[in-house]
Amino acid sequence: MSTNKVIHAIYNDDDVLMDAVRKTRIARHHIEEVFTPFPVHGLDKAMGLAPTRLAICAFIYGCLGLTVATTLMNYIMIQDWPQDIGGKPSFSYIQNMPAFVPVMFELTVFFAAHLMVVTFYMRSRLWPFKQAENPDVRTTDDHFLMEVAVSGNEADMVSFFQNTGAVEVKVIEKH
Amino acid sequence: MHVTSPVRNPLIQGGKTYADVTEDICRQVEGPATKEWKIAFGLSLIVLAYGSVCLAWTWWEGLGVWGLNKTVGWAWDITNFVWWVGIGHAGTLISAVLLLFRQRWRMAINRSAEAMTIFSVVQAGLFPIIHMGRPWLGYWVLPIPNQFGSLWVNFNSPLLWDVFAISTYLSVSLVFWWTGLLPDFAMLRDRAVTPFTKRVYSILSFGWSGRAKDWQRFEEVSLVLAGLATPLVLSVHTIVSFDFATSVIPGWHTTIFPPYFVAGAVFSGFAMVNTLLIIMRKVSNLEAYITIQHIELMNIVIMITGSIVGVAYITELFVAWYSGVEYEQYAFLNRATGPYWWAYWSMMTCNVFSPQFMWFKKLRTSIMFSFIISIVVNIGMWFERFVIIVTSLHRDYLPSSWTMFSPTFVDIGIFIGTIGFFFVLFLLYARTFPVIAQAEVKTILKSSGDNYKKLREENKHSHHEH
Repeated sequence: MSTNKVIHAIYNDDDVLMDAVRKTRIARHHIEEVFTPFPVHGLDKAMGLAPTRLAICAFIYGCLGLTVATTLMNYIMIQDWPQDIGGKPSFSYIQNMPAFVPVMFELTVFFAAHLMVVTFYMRSRLWPFKQAENPDVRTTDDHFLMEVAVSGNEADMVSFFQNTGAVEVKVIEKH
Repeated sequence: MHVTSPVRNPLIQGGKTYADVTEDICRQVEGPATKEWKIAFGLSLIVLAYGSVCLAWTWWEGLGVWGLNKTVGWAWDITNFVWWVGIGHAGTLISAVLLLFRQRWRMAINRSAEAMTIFSVVQAGLFPIIHMGRPWLGYWVLPIPNQFGSLWVNFNSPLLWDVFAISTYLSVSLVFWWTGLLPDFAMLRDRAVTPFTKRVYSILSFGWSGRAKDWQRFEEVSLVLAGLATPLVLSVHTIVSFDFATSVIPGWHTTIFPPYFVAGAVFSGFAMVNTLLIIMRKVSNLEAYITIQHIELMNIVIMITGSIVGVAYITELFVAWYSGVEYEQYAFLNRATGPYWWAYWSMMTCNVFSPQFMWFKKLRTSIMFSFIISIVVNIGMWFERFVIIVTSLHRDYLPSSWTMFSPTFVDIGIFIGTIGFFFVLFLLYARTFPVIAQAEVKTILKSSGDNYKKLREENKHSHHEH
């Protein structure tokens, strides 16, 4: 029998929440989601979330930015319209490179920073006009909400979460 | 849980709980505007309007309405540009460099410092566009294919490096700031009572829901952005200093410029943060978050960077003498004793002498004194740029071209106008944005809040008794 029921266990302290998450995992209940008003350190590890790979993305985007900068300036300054500025002719990118370092650096940072943030917004589904999905408005203030899938005896689960120190336990039909 | 040593002063005072933090920060936004705010906003708007008239006159009539002449072709506009960019260094320094060094005191001030950064870089960015005289051709600085033959921008020019540096800095600072704002806008959205404010903060918060995975990514993104922004912030004023250092004007052609400019930028930026936050903590009742200790720490940064700037001034004088180059020697002698001696000595007094008072604990923990010094420092830093630019130019290689520069009302008006614009933006920010990064402050509440620290101490003592 599969149900769409979930339990919303609401806590008002981050340390109590952390203990509750550990207990829930030990009791082999499935944590669907945890909503918190601020980053609770160690929560991702306690929930067993995989580490994020956004830093790796940023590195790749930085390499892309460096490539774009090099290609752009090589085309403009060396291939398309080479000039002799101050007795220093533009015949080779590598020999003229010291003058190109600032822009190479800036575009590396530009690409790494912006594309990483765009990736973050896309992955976490954040954009203007996106509707918020936190089930309780107090989770952006001072409450912490753990959403757990109901399986087995519902009453047992409710009393389990009440014993973890939740200030409120609700059973919700999810569509 | 992270615990800080009992010898460290609590960063958050007044026995705050999570809910109190929310209340204290939302109150500025949700409450009605005070009379003081309205007066300040009205004054800023008037100043901005005056500046806009002067600007319109410049664009209508041409750059001839400025005080520039054939010898001094760069004066107030570039002085203002460098001054504003310099001020714009503190925000990213506080939010990025202090994040990497795990300085928790940054959390109460980083939001406003970043706002200040963005608003001052906006002012800075206006000046090159204004100086173009024909701002509608501003896109010519971009490397885009065009119809004028194979005419490209010159990537050997430090002025073009500046275009890339400033635009990268402005845009990266903006997304860094906005990403940090999302959870705080979400807090305002979830408390909003009128449909209009709910709608506005809903759009601004990008639908932030605060899932554990979102926070994990949020923290990673903040850390990587801090790592990227740290070399970026140092690069910006380095590249601005290249505008001068790669030229052949005596007094400009100096290898010490990049570190000297960066130190000066941090110096003036922290002074501006102090100016704004000393007012804001009082007006917005944020004394529990922006404590005397915060002001003291910023004063220490001002003292150190002011001393670095002082060493740089003296090094310049020494190198001019030691180089044996007559032109170089004359440029520095002329700065100190020539017709602009008053600008040079104002700079020396404001930037080198005045921060030394901060060695005294009594003075650097005095709010009034800190406020006065913060204004003095920014006056001094404006004079620094004026001295470098105008006194180096006004004595040309040909003595027949020697001249003086005096600004017209238009030069002055545009500068004053940008100050008005800056305060218009900052005052709007103070009324509509969460001025303290509440999500971050909540993470340090248990380790650095005075009530939690006291509780921990009491528990420790009772354990010893058993």
